[in-house]
Order: sequence, then structure tokens, then C-alpha cells
Amino acid sequence: MPTKKDDVYGDHISHKFNDELMELKTEFLKMGGMVEAQVENAVQALVDGDGHLAEQIRAKDKQVDKMEMDLDEEATLIIARRQPTARDLRLVISVIKMVADLERVGDEAKKIAKLAIKLSEEGQAPRGYVEVRHIGTHVLGMLHDSLDAFARLDSEQALRIMKEDKRVDEEYQAAARTLLTFMMEDTRNISRCMSVMWVLRALERVGDHACNIAENVIFMVKGEDVRHTPVEEAERVVGR
Amino acid sequence: MNTLNTTVTSEAEMPEENVVPVQEEKPAETVIEEGKTVGRPFADDAKFKLRNVEVFYGQDRAIKNISLDIGRNEVIAFIGPSGCGKSTFLRCLNRMNDSIDICRVKGSLNLDDQDIYDPKRDVVELRARVGMVFQKPNPFPKSIYDNVAYGPRIHGLANRKSDLDDIVENSLRKAGLWDEVKDRLDATATGMSGGQQQRLCIARAIAVSPEVVLMDEPCSALDPIATAKVEELIAELSESYTIVIVTHSMQQAARVSHRTAYFHLGHLVEVNETNKVFTSPEHELTESYITGRFG
Repeated sequence: MPTKKDDVYGDHISHKFNDELMELKTEFLKMGGMVEAQVENAVQALVDGDGHLAEQIRAKDKQVDKMEMDLDEEATLIIARRQPTARDLRLVISVIKMVADLERVGDEAKKIAKLAIKLSEEGQAPRGYVEVRHIGTHVLGMLHDSLDAFARLDSEQALRIMKEDKRVDEEYQAAARTLLTFMMEDTRNISRCMSVMWVLRALERVGDHACNIAENVIFMVKGEDVRHTPVEEAERVVGR
Repeated sequence: MNTLNTTVTSEAEMPEENVVPVQEEKPAETVIEEGKTVGRPFADDAKFKLRNVEVFYGQDRAIKNISLDIGRNEVIAFIGPSGCGKSTFLRCLNRMNDSIDICRVKGSLNLDDQDIYDPKRDVVELRARVGMVFQKPNPFPKSIYDNVAYGPRIHGLANRKSDLDDIVENSLRKAGLWDEVKDRLDATATGMSGGQQQRLCIARAIAVSPEVVLMDEPCSALDPIATAKVEELIAELSESYTIVIVTHSMQQAARVSHRTAYFHLGHLVEVNETNKVFTSPEHELTESYITGRFG
């Protein structure tokens, strides 16, 4: 989906360099799309009790890992060959970091898939699935938007994702309280509720990774590191 | 104030319908405002204070209203595409442009608050204070010893042979060449390798105890190992000298300099901390140049 804004990496004197940077961007987005589907399917497998789909997710994680290594190699070669500077350098460095985030998101999807298999085998009435679906939709939206912000170099969208993260944390806390209530109602629920809790925890982590990607997008576009800074600081950087 | 776009066509000269597409092609930041340099062109402890400098070759204005400070013991790199005026500007700093008849320099250029272009100034003394190393190693066709001893002899810096020996040894040591040549100081300098010749020229430049060393693409004729040695030398020299280096190698500027100045079509577009210039430059033109987007 190359848009006109993509041209900022496509107007070097060296066409080969253009191709290399575009390839890096495209492959990153491909990996992003794959990881997004992994999370989406994992949540689906869980709420549907679909063990088969869950197995597929676990198998596909190997492809995600492979893409991480390929992208890292490509980024390393660009540094070695081109000694990129300024925005090109920021792109390459950010991709290296964001790839690690995507790989972690893939791991979280795998974790959810494992729990989906376990829960489907136990086969009891679903508890906390409403919360899983809700938070799942929320963090998937964030992940999608962060990749979109990367593709379009949209720092304002990235800033919105950073702000979203707080809401996910709140939702996670609320969902944890609900599950706690279920556990107190009947101690036989504990094991099952704990599994759902792990799923929620994994989804909350996906939100964190989306947030990391958003921070890197701001760095790519604005050249300033907004990690570990108050949101007001990020707002200032993006508003420049 | 004269506002120019990158093609240096002032708006007044262009028919109105042509102005619009040009502006659409380039973002607003590519416009150079004459005399306006973004970033940090001034220094607290300035060795050189250069204000509103203009250089003409006949009718051509090669340097357009540049103001810049060069700090004491600073390494500053001048970068920019060919013909942008960086070497011309460098040569103003020790009046090397004097030898070009059609060249005129305007503006105020001060070294330690003294006018470089004061008609009463002794140019030979100025060049002893502001030494220069050129693109191609240019040793005299004399022995290694005589190359280094040449300046101190002319300037009468040594009264005794032993003093001169000390100056030669010290200069060669500082240039990182002593161990390689100490047993053959009488050998002719032109028989040395290119990298050794360039370091000999640096030794020759520092033998007269200059305060500033100007380097005009000192490594462009050298292999990577010789380049690394010269860069190492620049880092060591910066402890006691002010160094101004013109280079076409962006990586070299990034490695050796404290501040980097970007020249474009006779304008000084941006001066900033080198770390900033190579990670997130302020001006769009600087960004385009260092990322290889135009030539």
C-alpha cells in the first residue's frame, strides 16, 4: 500500500538504496500483518474453543520468528552497505526495535493459543470471555493503528495509541477484578479463571508492544525519543 | 532579505505561473533565506568570529553572507556538494584566496578578535598561526627532515640544531609518523607512501606551532588505513589545536568533528552538533544531502 508519503524513503540518488529501504518497510508491514492475524485468530480460537485453529497458530509462530531474523539481517546489511543517516538511519534503527516488539506479540499470540487448547479441553462454561473479547478488540485496534501509523508516518496517530495504553491498563484491572469475583464465588473456578487471567495479561502486553511501536514511529518522524517520558512531552514533540 | 529556493531563482525573476509548481515540488523548508543559518552557528569561546562574509570571483558571489564562529579547540567539519563554497570559505581563514586575482572577500573575519584582512597584517605570520593541509599530499622534494624543518627555519623558531631536531621529532611524533621514519630522516619524502606523505604534511603544518589547522579533504587520496590514522591524529590534535576540516566523506565528518556546517550554493544552511546533524538535522536540505538524496 505505498502512499505518496512513502516517497520520503524512495528518493535517493541510489535506486538500489531506495529499493532496500522500501523492501525493509514492506517486509516489516508484512510481518505486522501476520502477527496481527495471529492475535486475532488466537482470541477467536479461545472464545470458540477451536483447538484446531489454536494448533495452527502455534505452528505459524515459527514463520514469525523467521521473519524477525530475516528483517534483522536486512537491516544489518543496510547499515553495513549504506551507513544510513538522519531519517534513513532512524527508519532502520526503529525497524530493528519494532521487529522485536512484533516477535513478542507473536509469542503472546502463541501463549493465548496454548491456553485456548487447555481451556477447550477442559470444556466448561466460559467465564471472562466477554472481557477477553473486549480487550482483545481494543489491543488489536491499537496494533493495527500502530502499523498504520508506521506505514503512513503519522506521528499524531502514534500519539493517540500511546494515550490508549492507559485505558487498556484500566480495562485489564477491571477484568481482573471480575475474574477475582468468579474465583471467590466458587473455588472450582480458580484454575480456569487463572488461565483466562493469563490470556488477559497476554493481551495487555500486546497493547504495550503496540505502544512501543507507536513511540518508535514518533522517533522516526520527529527524531526525538519519547520513551519513558510523560505524555505531555510526547505531545510537545508531535505538535512541533 | 533575499529569499531563494534551491534553484537560486528569485521569485521576482520568474513568471508567476512558474513559481507555483516549483514550490509544490519542494517542501517549504528547502527555501534558503540568505544570511540565515539554522542550528548553532555561534560559539561561546570563539577562535574565529566571522560575520557577514561574502566572497566574489569577479562578478560571481561564491559565498553569500555567512556568519559563523569557530570555537577554540573545536573540530568543525564543512560539508556540502561540490561547488557549494566550503573550500572557498576555508581558504578565507588564512587568506589563501589572496593569490587569486579576481577574488574579493567582504565582511568581518576575526582571529582572536583581530582582523584577518587588515591590510597591515603580516600574511606569512597569519599562515604560521593558521596552517593548512591540502587534498593531495604535497611534500617538498627534499628529505623527510627538511620538510618538517622548513617552516621552523623560515620563522626562526630554532636557534640551535638540537632545538630544530626536537621540533622535527615532536612534530613527527604528533603526526604519528616518528616510529615509521626515525631511521630514515634523510630519505626523500616523495618516496613515502601516500598516507605517510599526508601525515608528513600534517607534521610540517604543526612544526611551526600553529593555533589552527585547516584541512581541505585531507583523506580523499588515502586508503582506509591511512585515513583511520589521519582521523586518529585529528582527535589527538584537537586537544591543542582548532581544526577546520572540509570533507566529502560524511562518515568522516560524523566521526571526527564536534560541529558540522552544511554549505549549499554559497549559503551556510545549517550548523549543529555533529551528533544532531547525522541523526536528526534541522534543515530539509541538510537531510537531503547527508542521506544521499541529491548531488
